[in-house]
Amino acid sequence: MNLLVIFIGAALINNFVLQQFLGICPFVGVSKKVDSAFSMGMATTFVMVIAAMVTWLVYNLILIPFNLQILQYVAFILIIASLVQFVEMFIRKVSKPLYDALGIFLPLITTNCAILGLALTSVLKEYNFTETLIYGIGAGIGFTLALVIMAGIREELELVEVPKSFQGAAITMIIAGSLALAFMGFAGII
Amino acid sequence: MKDKPAIQEFIKGLWDENPVLVQLLGLCPTLAVTSTAENGLAMGLAATFVLICSSFLVSMFRKVIPGQVRIAAYIVIIATFVTIADRFLAAFVPDISKSLGPFIPLIIVNCMILGRQEAFASKNGIGRSLLDALGMGVGFTLTLLVLSAIREILGAGTLFGMKIMWESFAEWGVMSQAPGAFITLGCLIAGANWINKRRKA
Repeated sequence: MNLLVIFIGAALINNFVLQQFLGICPFVGVSKKVDSAFSMGMATTFVMVIAAMVTWLVYNLILIPFNLQILQYVAFILIIASLVQFVEMFIRKVSKPLYDALGIFLPLITTNCAILGLALTSVLKEYNFTETLIYGIGAGIGFTLALVIMAGIREELELVEVPKSFQGAAITMIIAGSLALAFMGFAGII
Repeated sequence: MKDKPAIQEFIKGLWDENPVLVQLLGLCPTLAVTSTAENGLAMGLAATFVLICSSFLVSMFRKVIPGQVRIAAYIVIIATFVTIADRFLAAFVPDISKSLGPFIPLIIVNCMILGRQEAFASKNGIGRSLLDALGMGVGFTLTLLVLSAIREILGAGTLFGMKIMWESFAEWGVMSQAPGAFITLGCLIAGANWINKRRKA
C-alpha cells in the first residue's frame, strides 16, 4: 500500500514537472512533437530509475559509513554524468533501433534537474531501496505524461493565432499553468 | 566582442540578455522558489554567488582544462561552490535553507550557470568574466525578485512578510502554488517581448 502511495504521489499528485518544477528545460524545449516528447520521456525515465538506484547505493553504502555527506552533491552529479555516458554506450551496443530513437536526447539528460532532484529528494525523505526504485519509476512516468500532454497541446496550438507577444515560451508557460491547475485535482486521490 | 567597453558585459545581463526572460535559462528554480519575495531573493543571491565564483575559477583555468573534459570540470567546480553556499545558508539562515529545500543543490544543474561557463568564462579573461557573471547574476536576482513579489502580494497579501494589501483583500491562494508560478512567468515573458518589440519599432 505504502509503495502504491509513493508511486501515485510521484506520478500524479506531486508531478515532477507540473507541481515540483523539475525538468522544465526539456519540458519547454522538447515538447513540440508527441513522438519526440515520448522518446525523451522514456529516455529520462530509464536514466532516472538507474540513477535513483545507484545514488541510493552510493549514498548509503559509501558516503554514510565514511561520514562524507558533505560530498553528496559532487558525488551525485558525477554519478549522473558518467551514468548517462555509460547508458549511451550500452544502448548503442545492445539495441541499435533504441539508440537511434533515444540517441540525441541522452546527452541532454545530464543537465535535467529532474534526475538530480529525484536523487536528492529520495535521500531527504529517507526512502529505503525498494521505495526509491518505485519513486523513480513513478517520477519518470509522471514526467513522460506531462511532456506528452504538453506536446499534444502544442501540436494543436500551431493552428491557432496567438497574440504576438505571447508566442513561444510565454504561451507555453500559461498552458503549463493551466495543466498544473488541472493536476492539482489529483491531490484528492489519497 | 573585445571592442565593446567592459561595462557592457555587465549591462547586457540586466535586460538585453536577461537569463530568465530572454534566454529562458534557469527556469526550474525561478518557478519553484518564488512563492515569497524572501525566498526569491535568497535563491537569486545564492545563484549569483555560485555563478561569480565559478566564472572566476573557470576563467582562471581556461587554458589548463582540456577540451574533452571541460563540462565535467565545470560541473565539479560549480558543485563545490554550491556545497559552500548550501552549508552557509544552513548555518546562518536555517529557515530559508529549509524552505528552499532541494533547490539549493539544484543550482548545480541550473543551465544558466553552466551556460555562462561554456559561452563566456571559458573564452574571456578574468575581469570580463567577473563582470559578465555579475550582470547575469543581478539580472537573475532582479527577475526572481519581481516574480516573487507579484506572487507574494497576490497570493498572501504581503511583501517580505509585511502586510501591504487592504484589510478585506481576499488572497489568491493559487498564486502561491504551482499554477500561479507558471502563469505569472508566462505574463512576465510576454511583457518583456512586448517591451522589446516596441523599443525596436
